[in-house]
Amino acid sequence: MNGEDAPALLVDHVAIGYRRRGRFVPAVADAAFEVRRGEKIMLLGPSGSGKSTVLKAVAGFLRPSSGRVVVDGRVDPGPGPDRAVVFQEFDQLFPWRTVLGNVVHALRVTGVDRATARRRAVEHLRLMGLEDMLDSHPHQLSGGMKQRVAIARALAVDPLMLLMDEPFGALDAQTRGRLQGELARIVARTRSTLLFVTHSIDEAVLLGDRVVVLAGRPSHVAEIVDVSALDGPDAPGFAGARHRLRSLLAEEGEILDGVYE
Amino acid sequence: MTASTNSPGTLAPSPGEAEDGGRTAGPWGRLPTWLRRTIVFAALIGIWQLYTSASGVSAFVFSGPWDVAKALADGVSSGDLVTSTWTTLRMLGTGMAIGIALTVVLTVLAVTTTLGDDVLTLVSSMINPLPSVAILPLAMLWFGLTDTALVFVTANAVLWPMTVSVSMGLRTTPPTLLMVGRNLGLGRWRLTWDVMMPAALPHALAGLKTGWAFGWRTIIAAELVFGAAGSKGGLGFFINNARYYALIPDVFAGLVVIALIGIALDLVFNVIERRTVVRWGMKEGASA
Ligand SMILES: Nc1ncnc2c1ncn2[C@@H]1O[C@H](COP(=O)(O)OP(=O)(O)OP(=O)(O)O)[C@@H](O)[C@H]1O
Ligand SMILES: [Mg+2]
Repeated sequence: MNGEDAPALLVDHVAIGYRRRGRFVPAVADAAFEVRRGEKIMLLGPSGSGKSTVLKAVAGFLRPSSGRVVVDGRVDPGPGPDRAVVFQEFDQLFPWRTVLGNVVHALRVTGVDRATARRRAVEHLRLMGLEDMLDSHPHQLSGGMKQRVAIARALAVDPLMLLMDEPFGALDAQTRGRLQGELARIVARTRSTLLFVTHSIDEAVLLGDRVVVLAGRPSHVAEIVDVSALDGPDAPGFAGARHRLRSLLAEEGEILDGVYE
Repeated sequence: MTASTNSPGTLAPSPGEAEDGGRTAGPWGRLPTWLRRTIVFAALIGIWQLYTSASGVSAFVFSGPWDVAKALADGVSSGDLVTSTWTTLRMLGTGMAIGIALTVVLTVLAVTTTLGDDVLTLVSSMINPLPSVAILPLAMLWFGLTDTALVFVTANAVLWPMTVSVSMGLRTTPPTLLMVGRNLGLGRWRLTWDVMMPAALPHALAGLKTGWAFGWRTIIAAELVFGAAGSKGGLGFFINNARYYALIPDVFAGLVVIALIGIALDLVFNVIERRTVVRWGMKEGASA
């Protein structure tokens, strides 16, 4: 294997658990998948299947109890701006900074000069449809707007890898559709690698190259479905992939889509 | 039908209703707040004046508002009262500045090192219950009857309530914000400065409000105990001196100044809160 083909991310039979009241409770039993440079990987699975847990391990916040996470050749690296995270939680913006201030701060601490930081922040906030909210404080925004600021912040730092945890979960169908398109365009242009957590089968098929399905409790990878050729609902095979994913999730006894449909 | 004030058709509350909560708004309640307060204030002054002139209480133990107002005016024009006030405020300011600086150092050490945490927890839980004037005898022993002794007790009064609330604030920083900071690659110090300190600001300001009130009470009490400290005394000295020379209106004038400064500083801290943590939605509060 030469350097070019080395995976951007290798999740090598990772198990992760949490300490709860002194006892170790496994959340993920065996997560194994590879992400090539520039590839868009979707993590799909029912609630509680450890999607956020895997994402946080890749981000460097959780250490695997067995197995390893290899990012760009580094084993179990700590958190860093090369893997920008959009968290699932709404309280991920600094409340004392304005919308613009939050994005500018992220750029400044990652070594961008003041003028460039401002220009890039405004540009990315505009892409997220937030040009009227630049001077607002986070508590004045709706939940969906807060998530869009967080997405703008993650995109603006231009990371090698984007880690997004259900970033569109709080948005209405129209805004979600528009932002999915915007995200696809940006990722295609910057060729950054994307690890994207979602509940939605449609979102996974539309945005992803491959879909990693997590199942079980503690969870393992049930299957990895290739959806790279399917970039629209009219593409041949779209219905098939959708059906395959649906039946994988249904085996889990949970019908999840419909929330998003 | 219930006796709800928000019957359909009158959904918009009439002015004053929102502030009064569940109280029924009679004719008095419908007056604007400032007018109600002004009337009550004037009435209280009136009763005070009436009592002084009607009861025949000795002018050597009690003064009416008119005499107190004259004493205030004299004190300001002669400069005595102004100098005393300035002396006390300067010492309070110095004591608070030292207290705040030490608070920052101690709490940052406590959240970044385990040993610092243990030491601070123990020391603050031992010293915090002590009324801050209680160390005045020690301060006098160490520093004599000097300004330094007063600054020392004031700094001590401010320090402990503040460290307790600030370290609580630093400790309760939302974990998601800490992860965002670490994701941006912030190191331990930058994380403390950029994330934890601003996140602790609501607690810090609450601590500052308690702390300054403690400091203010302590310095006045300490000055009263000192009697004559140094060449220029503060407000406590001014009051004690006036009592000694039986200048009763001056005693009252000193008390009025102390109360006014208390009100003014409370206002200042409320404004700071409204401009920062309330505006940022980090604390519920007067948004008016
Ligand atoms: N901080 C924590 N402490 C203890 N247990 C946790 C913690 N975070 C998650 N877990 C447990 O780990 C398991 C997986 O949680 P995780 O948040 O990764 O699921 P998820 O797939 O992201 O779910 P969702 O779709 O609802 O966000 C759950 O059983 C959860 O209870
Ligand atoms: Mg999750």
